[in-house]
Amino acid sequence: MTAIAPVATSPPHARTRADRRKQGWVRRAPLLPALIFTIIVTQLPFVFTLWYSLQSWSLVRPGSQHFVGLSNYADVFTDSQFRQTAINSVVMTVGVVLIAMVIGVALALVLDRKFPGRGVVRTLLITPFLIMPVAAALLWKTVMFDPTFGIVNFVLRPFGIGHFDWIGSFPLGSVMIEMIWQWTPFMMLLVLAGLQSQPKDILEAASTDGARPLQIFRELTLPHLRRYIELGVVLGAIYIVNEFDAVYMMTQGGPGISSANLPFYIYQRAFLGFQVGQAAAMGVVVVVATIIIATFALRLIFTSFSGTEQAA
Amino acid sequence: MASADQIVTEAQTATAPGRPEIRQVRGRRRRGNVAWGIIGWVVGILFFFPVLWMVLTAFKTEAQAYTNTPTVIFKPTLSQFSTVFSSGIWPYLANSAFATIVSTILVLVLATPCAFALSLRPVRKTRDVLFFFISTKMLPIVAAIIPIYIAARNLHMLDNIFTLVILYTAMNLPIAVWMMRSFFLEVPGELLEAAQMDGAPLRKTMIEVILPVVAPGLAATALICSIFAWNEFFFAVNLTATEAATVPVFLVGFISSEGLYFAQLCAAAVVATLPVVLAGWIAQRQLVRGLSFGAIK
Repeated sequence: MTAIAPVATSPPHARTRADRRKQGWVRRAPLLPALIFTIIVTQLPFVFTLWYSLQSWSLVRPGSQHFVGLSNYADVFTDSQFRQTAINSVVMTVGVVLIAMVIGVALALVLDRKFPGRGVVRTLLITPFLIMPVAAALLWKTVMFDPTFGIVNFVLRPFGIGHFDWIGSFPLGSVMIEMIWQWTPFMMLLVLAGLQSQPKDILEAASTDGARPLQIFRELTLPHLRRYIELGVVLGAIYIVNEFDAVYMMTQGGPGISSANLPFYIYQRAFLGFQVGQAAAMGVVVVVATIIIATFALRLIFTSFSGTEQAA
Repeated sequence: MASADQIVTEAQTATAPGRPEIRQVRGRRRRGNVAWGIIGWVVGILFFFPVLWMVLTAFKTEAQAYTNTPTVIFKPTLSQFSTVFSSGIWPYLANSAFATIVSTILVLVLATPCAFALSLRPVRKTRDVLFFFISTKMLPIVAAIIPIYIAARNLHMLDNIFTLVILYTAMNLPIAVWMMRSFFLEVPGELLEAAQMDGAPLRKTMIEVILPVVAPGLAATALICSIFAWNEFFFAVNLTATEAATVPVFLVGFISSEGLYFAQLCAAAVVATLPVVLAGWIAQRQLVRGLSFGAIK
């Protein structure tokens, strides 16, 4: 799949230790600007978040900043709203990832067939993913889900659903539907890449040996797709767990906090409640949880994809 | 789709041997393809429908947009678009374009040498560096926004487009590093060896041998980064106000304003999404690679 990087041997003149060290820096030099930039912009803020999380600090009251130790963390763990939004986050992430993946696999199987206009259909199917998330959320909130003028209710009118308020009745569900619509193409593209990398001769051999299509799918295609599906699940989860735009645009987390996920709740605490210390403590808790879950998942996935490069 | 053994038995029972049975199998296949084609088109249009409806609504009058039974046949009008363009979207478009283009250039300038040092001339601990880059994508940005906001405030860089440029560069850098690395790994080893045998200096090898090979990769990476930068909302809404606000922030205005105007809103959404949709359509072959951080070719 990937070419093995040429193993660089040290040139013969680099014998002395100083020479070798210089060689090492020459090699490292091209990567340093990007590395240093990334550390400063993405890691430094977390150090400060950690520091802020130990303080009581309201943005609207200057001079209110003082050290309070771990009391913000005690607040976070006893905050029932934090627990509720954490549960919402899990429901949203797991629900959207799984449903988008199931539909994505189905769509990929269709697109793997040859039919007239396949390229056009593929283009149509990836479009939801390309729509700016803010615009997509706005679109679903208004022309799709509007109780009176929305298309969804118009389509469902023959089934006896009149002016039903989808977002008001199922706020979390409505946001999830919008997100599933946006993320299904992502899953479909990854699975389709998996399907198209499957050696066709094996499939043909299986079918001449009398294997039924369903059998072929279960015994050959699905195991082959496994790592593509895993990759889609992990990458999708990384983005979806951070989802902010759809919640912000469609429900503002409401009513109450019924459709708020952790990013939105922390945002509310920091920018509407101005509670810097508490919001920072929540941020730290979320980061720790994410690191624990994601480190294992990511290593697993990318090791299976780049196994050949372990020597490098 | 007929199952394989069915086709085989039917082919065997066919009276005339030779070509007719092949024709029968082909006929089955063709009918199968038509069935898949219908399914494909139906789901394709279904998924595309909200976008299609957005575009249609953008060409309606408000009266046509607010009907109990959706108006399908109407005389298209451009008046919504002229309202959008005269309502001050231009500075937002300019800010979005600036943040997208400048951050993408910065990303390529930083990521290309970095990816080189992680692929063709790998440093020690290459894997650790790679995982460090990707791990920055997992960290919830919401946890970083508070210090970023406070730093920007203290440096007087709130509502400054360069703040967004820096953040978008950091946001896209891991994707670009992984993606460019996957393109570098495709450079044939013989090509490098030949260049080295000729005694060409590294810089010359870079420019004359490697760059032409990875040029399509650079273009693909640039497109992916542009898509993410153009669509970004979280930083934009929290760190900008009037001077540096981007297109997504402009759209938010529609929801907080006193009344909702469907047709006008759809026209604004079309303007906001069009650049990325076009870029994505053009780059769809490369989309998978970018989205999977170069893991899938």
